[in-house]
Amino acid sequence: MRLSSPFLPVAASVGSVMRDVLLALLPGIVVYVLLFGPGVLRNIAIAVAACLLFEAIALWLRGRPLRPFLSDGSALVTGVLLALTLPPIAPWWIAVVGSLFAIGLGKQVYGGLGYNPFNPAMVGYVVLLISFPVQMTAWPALQPVWDSAPDAVSAATALDHVRTQLALDRTLTEISGDAAIGWAAGAGWEWIALAWLGGGLYMLWRGTIRWQIPAGMLAGLTLIALPFWAADPDRYASPLFHWLAGATLLGAFFIATDPVSAATTPRGRLLYGALIGVLVYVIRTWGGYPDGVAFAVLLLNICAPTIDRYTQPRVYGHTRRESEP
Amino acid sequence: MSLMQRLFNFRGGLHLDYRKDMSTRHPIRVAPVPPQLVLPLSQHAGAPAKPVVKVGERVLRGQTIAQPDGFVSVPIHASSSGTVVAIESRPIPHVSGLAAPCIVIDTDGRDESLPAPEWAPVDDFSALDAKTLRETVRRAGIAGLGGAGFPSFIKLSPGRSVETLIINGAECEPYISCDQQLMAERADEIVGGVQVILQAIGAPHCLIGVEDNKPDAIAALRAAAAQDERIQVRVVLTRYPQGGEKQLIQTLTGREVPSEGLPLDIGLVVHNPGTARAVYRAVRHAEPLTARIVTVTGGVVAQPQNFEARIGTPMQFLIEQAGGYVQPPGRLLMGGPMMGFALPSDALPVIKSTNCILAAAPGELRPDEAAMPCIRCGACQEACPVNLLPQQLYWHARGGEFDKTRALNLFDCIECGCCAQVCPSHIPLVQYYRHAKTEIWAEDREKRKADAARERHEARQARLEREEREKEEARARKKAQLAARKADADSSEAPPAAGATPADGTDDPVAAAIAAAKAKKAAAQTADGSAATDDPVARAIAAAKAKKAASTDNSNATTPADDPVARAIAAAKAKKAAAAAGGPAEAPVVRPRKAPPSDDAVAAAIAAAQARKAAKAAGTEPADAPPADDPVARAIAAAKARKAAAEQAQDAADPVAQAIAAAKAKKAAREATTAPASDDPVAKAIAEAKAKKAAKEATASDNADDPVARAIAAAKARKAAKDAAATPADDDPVARAIAAAKAKKAAREAADKPDGAS
Repeated sequence: MRLSSPFLPVAASVGSVMRDVLLALLPGIVVYVLLFGPGVLRNIAIAVAACLLFEAIALWLRGRPLRPFLSDGSALVTGVLLALTLPPIAPWWIAVVGSLFAIGLGKQVYGGLGYNPFNPAMVGYVVLLISFPVQMTAWPALQPVWDSAPDAVSAATALDHVRTQLALDRTLTEISGDAAIGWAAGAGWEWIALAWLGGGLYMLWRGTIRWQIPAGMLAGLTLIALPFWAADPDRYASPLFHWLAGATLLGAFFIATDPVSAATTPRGRLLYGALIGVLVYVIRTWGGYPDGVAFAVLLLNICAPTIDRYTQPRVYGHTRRESEP
Repeated sequence: MSLMQRLFNFRGGLHLDYRKDMSTRHPIRVAPVPPQLVLPLSQHAGAPAKPVVKVGERVLRGQTIAQPDGFVSVPIHASSSGTVVAIESRPIPHVSGLAAPCIVIDTDGRDESLPAPEWAPVDDFSALDAKTLRETVRRAGIAGLGGAGFPSFIKLSPGRSVETLIINGAECEPYISCDQQLMAERADEIVGGVQVILQAIGAPHCLIGVEDNKPDAIAALRAAAAQDERIQVRVVLTRYPQGGEKQLIQTLTGREVPSEGLPLDIGLVVHNPGTARAVYRAVRHAEPLTARIVTVTGGVVAQPQNFEARIGTPMQFLIEQAGGYVQPPGRLLMGGPMMGFALPSDALPVIKSTNCILAAAPGELRPDEAAMPCIRCGACQEACPVNLLPQQLYWHARGGEFDKTRALNLFDCIECGCCAQVCPSHIPLVQYYRHAKTEIWAEDREKRKADAARERHEARQARLEREEREKEEARARKKAQLAARKADADSSEAPPAAGATPADGTDDPVAAAIAAAKAKKAAAQTADGSAATDDPVARAIAAAKAKKAASTDNSNATTPADDPVARAIAAAKAKKAAAAAGGPAEAPVVRPRKAPPSDDAVAAAIAAAQARKAAKAAGTEPADAPPADDPVARAIAAAKARKAAAEQAQDAADPVAQAIAAAKAKKAAREATTAPASDDPVAKAIAEAKAKKAAKEATASDNADDPVARAIAAAKARKAAKDAAATPADDDPVARAIAAAKAKKAAREAADKPDGAS
């Protein structure tokens, strides 16, 4: 077999991209364990094992080679991301069922790596959230390793807490004094969010992800949150709260940036991110679920081909007009 | 002066590991003259040159040995003195890996130049007009030395005002350092060339763009150009593909060459420094292009370095000059690793566009590897210097949606390879784009072919209707005039008119009889003057035999491999003869009843035999002397024409149909042999489409996911077709002519007694 040019060896590989993602997730996972105990590690172990198992079964059923696709790290990343969305105190089978849907329904039915229109981890998460709402909304209270306080009690997340308290006609100023709320968002969760941000910046620096999607998403979220917050800070949370609460930063850098299911043109990615940011705010503020990252990402996954079509870059030697489809 | 001082930049691109210092440790070395030079007739873009020397002729350095054929073509010169030992097909360095006609010179070691150059050297070229300069550059055989090999004189005839001349000294490809060293060591000659070109194109100034990793070249050029304030050296960023013509233009001027346009469209002309130097030497020293700088480098070359090598030097000779291989090369390339192409071996000549011979160690370059699925990461998009969406192009190219790749501006792709170079899935993206481009070109040709076929079909329908009508009329007439014809039968042989004038334009049976006699006589003359016999069968046999003898003579006297000129002359003669014989055969095509069938049969037999011969000639010729465009396709076309002629000549009981078939085959064969791209695009399109189809059929069973495998299979199919064309079917025209004529005679006598009397 004789290749045609170019002939220089290529440094990057799918595996190296996935390794970078896992490396970038590491600080957040460490902070998670320090603040909320090792439950998340158990979830990661179960989800990763289940994802690899289901991936292997699906590949075998489809008559595809196992080695290249099991070793590319994509199922591994899906497993880790799914585990990070699960409550650390969820029963073990939650992670298994989520993995089944993530790999099976989210990825392999479409043809495996590279062909899935939806973010597999988010498919798994949404199936779980809709099917097992009780198990999926039972979160542990802050229990740092250095604090030998009594055993974990279940607690609401910041987004949940704010939602229910606002419904009780309390103002955000009052709510911010509650135990569930830390210095900016969910107590303890803010630190994990900052760790995701750090990991995200690492991936940007490494070139693993492009800046457009996270920037677009955070800008979209900020731009819609800012006027409401400015007009009525007692009823609408600040942009900072939205940044640090829920899955915003994990979503902006690790979930919305899943390249397979995202828009691919530079302007398209900016738009894609921005619309996710806006949708996250809309779902959080007026929707039925406390957090909206998963739904927003899945909704925009559907729009990605259309966005790509209408955001094609101007090609060298063309005027802008003729580059449009 | 209003020169823009600001540097712009192009988008995308890559910073690559340049590996140029491997080959820049020594100054340029003049390579010795090799024992044998192989000079392909096609070293430039455009039509191959035509040889003007014969085997056995002694030639001197600088002597023109092949003349340009057409406008986009340049001559070839002997690179050293010696004897022409062969003019034949040899493997040449080309992406296709196919062989092409070459002039082979055994050098005599004396390296003797022409006693007086073919044109006069000029000390002060500022007195020369643009036309003279262009003509000199053309006569010097200069084709772009950057790699594309476009005839340089054409770019010296802009036909409009040129704002800026750009010398592309970026040399952004890894490994290659021939321009770098030339700029560092022969800057004065390059600047001299710039001055000539400025004069020829009437441009007010020149920018020389050099990447900032070549400080020696920059310093030398600045020193050389210090006296001429029209010339400015611009240091540009080292970033691949800075040396892409469009990218360098963007960097230096901030402007973009319009899509599908030329730099000239925005008032720019771009030349390579090596070309500028060749222009200088051609004008100032009356030297044709007989040598160029070649980088010989790579992990397995003992002493990588730059040579000034004679055009035609075998690559292995140059590699030996560089100390040979330290281990067998893992991969052999011509050009750089980003845009060069793989060579099957080093037994290939250095040609005008050979800038680099890269012999890489195993593992030095990309290994053969399986691609993973695209994960749409967009790294390719970021790297693309023309802002395409490589990932979407790939998706559609892979899915065979070529119209969509075109809509995504596939044809703006410069095939720089940046996308494939950053692809984490290791997808050979550029290969998909090349494939898509080829498919689109083929589709366009298919469309043209279909249009032509439709027109042909409509014309044929009209003709058949007309023929039927005329047949009815003639039949009625014939019955009425039967008696008169019998009475006139004796005198019909009397008229002594000679020449193969087609019998036409008369309804009179007497005139028809005269015409028949004329046709018979013509046939007899074709059959080597043996007019004695009255039997058409015997005459057909004689004609066919004579033709066969002639063809044997031809092939003996001028072995195709030895002398293409003689061969071309022979072919032309044969074609002419076929055309002459085809004359009477064509008459019945139009007016089948004008010439009596008895003569039709003979003429048809002759025509069929000649068509077969022409087809056979066509079958051997393209394989030996293929014009650059698509020899294989043409060979296939010739083979098909031959086959069609054979089948139709044997099958058809109807002499008219046979004559039609023969004429068609003859025409197809003629078109296949003679028609290069410019002459008959339709015929070429048909031939190429057929070749494509054959290739496609051959590859239909191949793994559709793998363009590499497909390409290889296609190449194999093409080669098989070529082999088939090179060994013509062993039909004997004589035997066939006999059989055909006999059958026809029998049929005629049985069916049409009255005509048998004439």
